[in-house]
Amino acid sequence: MDAEPSVRVEDKLYYNRYLVDIGRPHVKVRAHTSPSPQLVALLNACPARCYELNDEGRVEVTVDGCIECGTCRVIAEPTGDIQWSYPRGGYGVLFKFG
Amino acid sequence: MIEERFDAIVVGAGMAGNAAALSMARQGMKVLQLERGEYPGSKNVQGAILYADMMEKLIPEFREEAPLERHLVEQRFWMMDDRSHVGMHYRSDDFNEERPNRYTIIRAQFDKWFSSKVREAGATVLCETTVTELVRDERERIVGVRTDRRDGEIHADVVVLAEGVNGLLGTRAGLRARPTPDNVALAVKEMHFLPRETIEARFNLKGEEGVVIEAAGTISRGMTGMGFIYANKECISLGIGCLVADFQRTGQTPYGLLDQFKRHPSVLPLLAGSEVKEYSAHLIPEGGYKSIPQLYGEGWVVVGDAAQLNNAVHREGSNLAMTSGRIAAEAIGLVKSRGEPMTATNLSLYKKMLDESFVIKDLKKYKDLPPLMHTHSQNFFLTYPQLISRAMQNFVRVDGTPKVEKEKATLKSFVKARSWMGLFGDACRFARAWR
Repeated sequence: MDAEPSVRVEDKLYYNRYLVDIGRPHVKVRAHTSPSPQLVALLNACPARCYELNDEGRVEVTVDGCIECGTCRVIAEPTGDIQWSYPRGGYGVLFKFG
Repeated sequence: MIEERFDAIVVGAGMAGNAAALSMARQGMKVLQLERGEYPGSKNVQGAILYADMMEKLIPEFREEAPLERHLVEQRFWMMDDRSHVGMHYRSDDFNEERPNRYTIIRAQFDKWFSSKVREAGATVLCETTVTELVRDERERIVGVRTDRRDGEIHADVVVLAEGVNGLLGTRAGLRARPTPDNVALAVKEMHFLPRETIEARFNLKGEEGVVIEAAGTISRGMTGMGFIYANKECISLGIGCLVADFQRTGQTPYGLLDQFKRHPSVLPLLAGSEVKEYSAHLIPEGGYKSIPQLYGEGWVVVGDAAQLNNAVHREGSNLAMTSGRIAAEAIGLVKSRGEPMTATNLSLYKKMLDESFVIKDLKKYKDLPPLMHTHSQNFFLTYPQLISRAMQNFVRVDGTPKVEKEKATLKSFVKARSWMGLFGDACRFARAWR
């Protein structure tokens, strides 16, 4: 089969409805100089690709497109690399079908 | 603080939480159910299949009212390699019965309806409320919850944790461990819309009939995983899931796997021309019996996915969720009717009753399968599907090679890939785990 297709997650997230809690992200990445293996794993494992490598080589999170699965928590909360909670009531992804 | 005191607080409005809240409210208990979504169902993700038997135990007449998609008359298992699948189909007109056994559903819609029945039974359902913490008294008993609403502390005799697979409250409170990468799978799903007639023609269905396809093989690229395709009325639920540990180890992307699955030559024609309307992701408990945590304590019980109650072999979860919710409610009702407090000793009745149900019995039966599948994923999800596909092709392709030689070639390919010892070992391991 073909190599990894160039899937645009952004296009997929566009189908979804969100109510973004502006200024109150429910997931935070601990400050670091170089990312741990757990943080690096999130770049690919997050199904909404919320984690990205910035120009300084650090992992950043943007939670606007988060679909609240908990994968990043399972991988990177035990090491203290991220802080994870649910969005405030009513905020976040709003599934029409689920 | 909300001065009102409740007999029970249920955290979460999924299958387990709704079953618990409904059953307790019907027993005349004063129930508060808290849900973080905009409406019950708006945060809930499942394939999804509804199991009628367990639903009937809660709402016998659900078929007349609930938003159901299709009743299942056919189950297909596909073992896939990159260009083929070897299938086993079971279809029976027996499933076109008066009270069908399984249905496809759309969770956001179904759960909204389910919740309306919980309200009718007398429970108070409060949405857009995230529970942030469990409240303990000076003797460390759970006596209520704290929410993200102003003055958000609420007290009750017992808290039913139906908080879903992540189980954030319970893990924060130290009641159980956080899910680990090797006991949860990440599944991603898309909803593909097509005209009703198109779906019926492509899946060989008439009227309200439905079909599910469960697929495994090279689609998970050697990881422990499964794909699924469910026919709804006017859309197809399509997804794939693999162990989080495998994603972490391999660096595969979930959306990459999903797109590869969609482009598989056996799948592509089913989806042609569809319009995608949603992309979702969810964790699925995969640890089985050995991952079930402590189920009760001083002033609390845990039900559903939060308790890892999921049968990974049969892809059953929602029925275990609603059954555990119902049984917890019955146990709580019994303790209350005796006028006794919600202590761990008294609430152990829940575990005792659950142990006697199919929930724990089924999980116990397959207790060794999850570890086997997780540690031998390369063999079971990559090597064997490829070998079987080649064997099938060798069997059906007519090319002038004598059949004896074809059989020899097939056997040789198996032995070469796994060795006699390997084949024997895999067969024994599988049989032992299945027993």
